Amino acid sequence: MDFLRPASWEEALAAKAEHPTAVPIAGGTDVMVEINFDHRRPEYLLDLNRIGELREWEVGEETVRLGASVPYTQIMDHLRAELPGLALAAHTVGSPQIRNRGSVGGNLGAASPAGDSHPALLSAGAEVEAESVRGTRLIPVEEFYTGVKRNALEPDELIKRVHIKKADGPQQFSKVGTRNAMVIAVCAFGIALHPATRTVKTGIGSAAPTPLRARAAEDFLNAALEEGGFWESGKIITPSIAKQFAELASGACNPIDDVRGTAKYRRHAVGIMARRTLGWTWEQYRGTARTLEGAA
Amino acid sequence: MRVNFTVNGRKQEADDVWEGESLLYVLRERMGLPGSKNACEQGECGSCTVRLDGVPVCACLVAAGQVEGREVVTVEGLADFAKQREESCASGACGSGGTSLQAARQWSAKGTDSQTGEGEELAPIQQAFIDAGAVQCGFCTPGLLVAADELLERNAEPSDADIREALSGNLCRCTGYEKILDAVRLAAARQDRQGSGV
Repeated sequence: MDFLRPASWEEALAAKAEHPTAVPIAGGTDVMVEINFDHRRPEYLLDLNRIGELREWEVGEETVRLGASVPYTQIMDHLRAELPGLALAAHTVGSPQIRNRGSVGGNLGAASPAGDSHPALLSAGAEVEAESVRGTRLIPVEEFYTGVKRNALEPDELIKRVHIKKADGPQQFSKVGTRNAMVIAVCAFGIALHPATRTVKTGIGSAAPTPLRARAAEDFLNAALEEGGFWESGKIITPSIAKQFAELASGACNPIDDVRGTAKYRRHAVGIMARRTLGWTWEQYRGTARTLEGAA
Repeated sequence: MRVNFTVNGRKQEADDVWEGESLLYVLRERMGLPGSKNACEQGECGSCTVRLDGVPVCACLVAAGQVEGREVVTVEGLADFAKQREESCASGACGSGGTSLQAARQWSAKGTDSQTGEGEELAPIQQAFIDAGAVQCGFCTPGLLVAADELLERNAEPSDADIREALSGNLCRCTGYEKILDAVRLAAARQDRQGSGV
C-alpha cells in the first residue's frame, strides 16, 4: 500500500489520474473501517486532509457550494438555515466523533444506499461537482447513484464540491433505527417543500439499491396541492391526499430483507415517514404563511 | 512510512508505519500510550476517542499518515491539557470558544508515567469520575473522559440533553450511564463554582 499526501487540489487530481485505483480518504469513517477489518486493501490511499478548500463552503444566491470534506458538525453548526434538511440528516449521523470527521463527499463517494445525506440532497436538489485533470462536470445527484455502493464517478475523478439548492421552504428528514445515536438507517425519508415553484421533492434512503426520489408520490402530491389551491390557502392537507402520498412513497421502495429490517417493514416505515414528514413540513409552511399574513 | 506529529505536547516520530495503520495503533503499539482503548475498530464505541487538533475523533478511524504535523491529545495528556487550559483561562486568554490554536501550541506535557498514572495529577473530569463512582471496569473511561472534557470546555453549563448528546458516541457496558452523567454534572458544577470564585 502507498499513502499519497497531495498538498493541493491540483496535486490530488494529478495523483488520481496517475493512480486511478487510489482510494480517496478524508474523514476515514468508512475507508478505515474497511481497512481495519481487512475488507479492503487498496493499492493507494489518497489523503485529502491537507486540501483546505475541501473543508470550505460558499453560500451563493441560489446554492450552497459545500466542499466535499466539510464535516457534518460544521453543517449542523453553520448551515442549518440554508440547508435545514441536510443539517437534520447530519445530526443523525453516527456520533459526535463521527460527525467531526465524516462528510457529504464521503457519503457520495461511498454511495451506500443507507448514507444519511442522500435523502436530504435528493429532496433539496443538488449537483455533484466532479473533477479530473480532464476537466469539471456537474452531475445531478439523481444520476450520481448508479447501484449499490456505485456512483457515476470516472476512475480519475474526485468529488470537489456539492452544489445544494438553498432551502426556499420547510424541509424535514426522518430515519428509522434502533436508537438515536450510532445507527445505520433501516430506512430514511427526506422531504423539501419548494413554495417558489410549488413543488415538493422527496428522497428515500436505504429502501432500494440506490437512494432515490419517490417520483410518483411527488407528481401526485404536486397535482393535488395545485388542484386544491393548497399553496395559496395554506389549508390543512386532507388525510386522503396524505394517505395516497404515503402509499406512493412506499411503492417507490425496492428494499431487501437484511439484518436491520425486512423489506416489508421498510416499505411500511417509508410510507409512515412520508406521511409524517409531509405533515411536519406543511405545518411549518402554514405557520410561515400565517406569520407573513400577520406581518402584512 | 514515517509520521511526525505532536502527542500530548511532545513531538513524536513514528517509523516503519504501515500505510493502512490507524492513529490508534500508532499510539498504543508504537508510542506506548495504551490509554486510548482498542475495541470495535469501527467508530461505534468511542473508547479510542482522542483530540485531533482539538477535535474529538475516533483514533481507530484516523489513518496514521493523516496526522502528519498535527496535534493529538490522549487521555494520558488530559490532566496537563486541562491544567494548561485553566491557566490560560486564569490569565484571561480564553474565550468561550474553547482552546485557541495558540493556547494548544503553547501547551506541553511534563514528565509523567503514562503506564501506571503513578503520581499523576488528575484533570477535574477525572476526579469527578472517581468521586461519582463512574468507573467500573474502566475500559470505556478514557474515551468518555476525553469526550466529556471537550464538552465542558465548550459548554460550561451543559443540560442533561447536552451531556447525553456529547457522550452518545461512547459505549459503556457496566454502569448504565447514570453515574457517568452524575460525574459530568459534578465536574460542571465544580467548574462553575471555581469560575464564580466561591
